[in-house]
Amino acid sequence: MARVLITLPQAARRGEVIEIRTLIQHLMETGYRPDAQGAVVPRDILRRFSCAYDGVEVFAMQLAPAIAANPYIAFCTVATHSGTLAFTWTGDNGFSQTETRTITVT
Amino acid sequence: MRILAALVTVLAMAALAQPARRSGFDEMAPALRAMQQDDAANPAMLWVAEGEALWRQPAGPANKACADCHGDARASMRGVAARYPAFDAQGSAPIDLAGRIQHCRTDRQGASPWPRESEALLAITAYVGLQSRGLPVAPPDDPRLNAFVAAGEALYRERRGQLDLSCAQCHDANAGRRLAGSVIPQGHPTGYPIYRLEWQGMGSLQRRLRNCMVGVRSEPFAYGAPEYIALELFLMRRAAGMTVETPAVRP
Repeated sequence: MARVLITLPQAARRGEVIEIRTLIQHLMETGYRPDAQGAVVPRDILRRFSCAYDGVEVFAMQLAPAIAANPYIAFCTVATHSGTLAFTWTGDNGFSQTETRTITVT
Repeated sequence: MRILAALVTVLAMAALAQPARRSGFDEMAPALRAMQQDDAANPAMLWVAEGEALWRQPAGPANKACADCHGDARASMRGVAARYPAFDAQGSAPIDLAGRIQHCRTDRQGASPWPRESEALLAITAYVGLQSRGLPVAPPDDPRLNAFVAAGEALYRERRGQLDLSCAQCHDANAGRRLAGSVIPQGHPTGYPIYRLEWQGMGSLQRRLRNCMVGVRSEPFAYGAPEYIALELFLMRRAAGMTVETPAVRP
């Protein structure tokens, strides 16, 4: 499991715009670099990140080889109701990781 | 009045002769500074989180975790990183923070040591280092270290490699000027282990020193070599009183 840091408010008012910031430990190997023997290192990157708010996707992005290692992704969403936010990263070599956080909306 | 003017001139000249010490942080672009100062954006915090998990994880036949002896790192490790390297009576030589952690791991936990520059060793060192963030660098006033500090200073001033350059020629004589596009920092190791963008990962001071040595085309020492510890010892004396930034971000 890759280590993940997710920063978001624990509680928010209904209708408030909240900022969510995520960091994940990943090499993001581009697939263009040669190793010490001259052979190209196979690509190993994250391909997609998404955030589902109680099952409804509120944010998603595609990642490309030019994105640096340990990608930092920050985005905003509207706090509509108390619930669970599920963050999913998927990538090469069958990489898939989901983390969940809860938010209380008053 | 004339005396006062003379005094001001003398003081101004003294200020010119000894420029204020600047951390590598002060030379960075605003975006990079913001990255270091925000724990939610600083990628080194991923290693810190890993180190925090390792702190609580029992290891070796003793099945003891760091936390079993040292308790809460936030209290017990506060200010520790600011004092290293320190004199190790057992080895009759100075030891750096990573070396001290290794000692604990092999002697107290009975576990196999982590290799230098391994992710686990960097993670636990970053976690311990974080507990001293914001405190001044406070090298121990230990007379047994004096000979090693002198050895470190000699290494700092020794010309090395095909380029025949010493550390001092860049980091004292030409600090603040540019080497190609990059500002030459004064070389104060206040934020190690660091997350370096060029590495796309975490690294220790020894890795950074190795970088410079390869840069002047000299043979680098092996990781953990006493020469690196002596250099670190001298550099930490040179940086005494500056603020610990661990875990820092550098370009």
